[in-house]
Amino acid sequence: MSLSRKSPIILEYLRKRQMLDLLTTGKRLDGRNLDELRKLEINFDVIKKADGSAQVKLGNSEVIAGVKVETGEPFEGLENKGALIVTAEVLPTASPFIEPGPPDEDTIELARVVDRGIRESEMVDLEKLVLIHGKIVYTIFVDCSIINADGNLFDATSYAVISALTSCKLPIFKIQDDVVVNTGNKQGPPITTLPVSITAIKIGDTILLDPTAEEESCMEARITITTNSNGEYTAIQKGSAGSFTLDQIKYVADIARNKGEQIREKIKELMKS
Amino acid sequence: MNETILIDESGKRTDGRSIDELREIKLTIGVLKKANGSAFIEFGKNKIIVAVYGPREVHPKHMAQPDKCVLRCRYHMSPFSTDTRKNPAPSRREIEISKVIREALEPAVVLEDYPRAAIDIFVEVLQADGGSRCAGITAASVALADAGINMRDLVAACAAGKINNKIALDINDVEDKEGSADMPVAYLPNLEQITLLQLDGILNKSQFTECLEKSLQGCKMVYEIQRKALMEKYFGNDLPLDDENTEEIKEE
Repeated sequence: MSLSRKSPIILEYLRKRQMLDLLTTGKRLDGRNLDELRKLEINFDVIKKADGSAQVKLGNSEVIAGVKVETGEPFEGLENKGALIVTAEVLPTASPFIEPGPPDEDTIELARVVDRGIRESEMVDLEKLVLIHGKIVYTIFVDCSIINADGNLFDATSYAVISALTSCKLPIFKIQDDVVVNTGNKQGPPITTLPVSITAIKIGDTILLDPTAEEESCMEARITITTNSNGEYTAIQKGSAGSFTLDQIKYVADIARNKGEQIREKIKELMKS
Repeated sequence: MNETILIDESGKRTDGRSIDELREIKLTIGVLKKANGSAFIEFGKNKIIVAVYGPREVHPKHMAQPDKCVLRCRYHMSPFSTDTRKNPAPSRREIEISKVIREALEPAVVLEDYPRAAIDIFVEVLQADGGSRCAGITAASVALADAGINMRDLVAACAAGKINNKIALDINDVEDKEGSADMPVAYLPNLEQITLLQLDGILNKSQFTECLEKSLQGCKMVYEIQRKALMEKYFGNDLPLDDENTEEIKEE
């Protein structure tokens, strides 16, 4: 059952006052502008046992995504498509407020929103990943471990997933005498687009992008908007127990396209180097 | 891509609606004797019952908050509500929907009026037909009102989406599965606040704006149905629903 809770992080009164005062002047505690994102660092192929991996640092938030490829049955109703499964777990290393155990609703939402961004944009052409129609398909798992949580886990996790997926090498399977055989060869996955999510929160009437954990502890509402390489919207999730006006949504939607394009270029650039 | 034909040449959809038309909505209030508030909604083929219990004591007690009430929400689908049997255990989808429904309703409820208490909302989907979260929010909001809980506004919810490259109001099950985008929205019509917004599917910039604005129009239509249902329940037939009378009630 879902219930309303207070943020586990309680900002000191003075710190909160300072933040709110700064916001009225268009500045933030870490010196950023309202629409400024934190520094993004990506290391590719950090886990050699995985078929693809990426370590993403967005400010102090840190996520590792690993790709593992297997074969299996297709999903019901999607017999002509390979299976793509994105999961996320916030590790107890990430913050003093995370306890080990089954995922809570926030973690489930995180995993589902990241998965939706990838799935709905049709980033991977899953129709190319079928071995026997309706029987055997490629199953791609992208598992994400959040190892340090300092806000905006939606975007950090989403960037980790797209980085790991685009840089991964799929083992090539073939069917020999009705048995799946790993040929030992590898190839890049059929990537069609790069979906990039941008998350904004609302504190009072101020909209700020890429929030830190401190800022999230004071937020009224959150919105995550994913755009693809064509600048089209592919997934949206409003979160937290507050609301937005139509104009605020349109503002974030516009900014998500521009900032999304910047992040996309940045990821492409980092991948080349 | 071979898209299924969801809008025919005369502009009619698979269930005979036009692109700006809602499914038929039947909203009945006060259907459960034991609950503090309740509502039953038939939204197209969706059949959803909502019970509100509370404000009541919080168990376990440490969950209580000293300055406001705890709002708890469970969205659940009955095993017989779908084409193939649904496992009755709560799925990840249901956990997420419970959360978004709570977050859609919370801005409307004056939580500060009930410190140390809890309000429980149980949304049970008896028959699902696409758009069940919107129908659930719509019914839950009138069930909260029926329970006499202080609210800033009603919450009306409706989806819009893209089918055969056209933006259509109130996407049903077939259109959700075969169409290319679905955007559920919840709205506080008098305060003009959006409390739920989700999207899956691909929309370009102009389609996004059109879709969002169309779903808000849908929410306003749903709001009129909610208001009418509440008026009928609490004022019965004594009060004809013309504009003059409704104005008076607002002023009071």
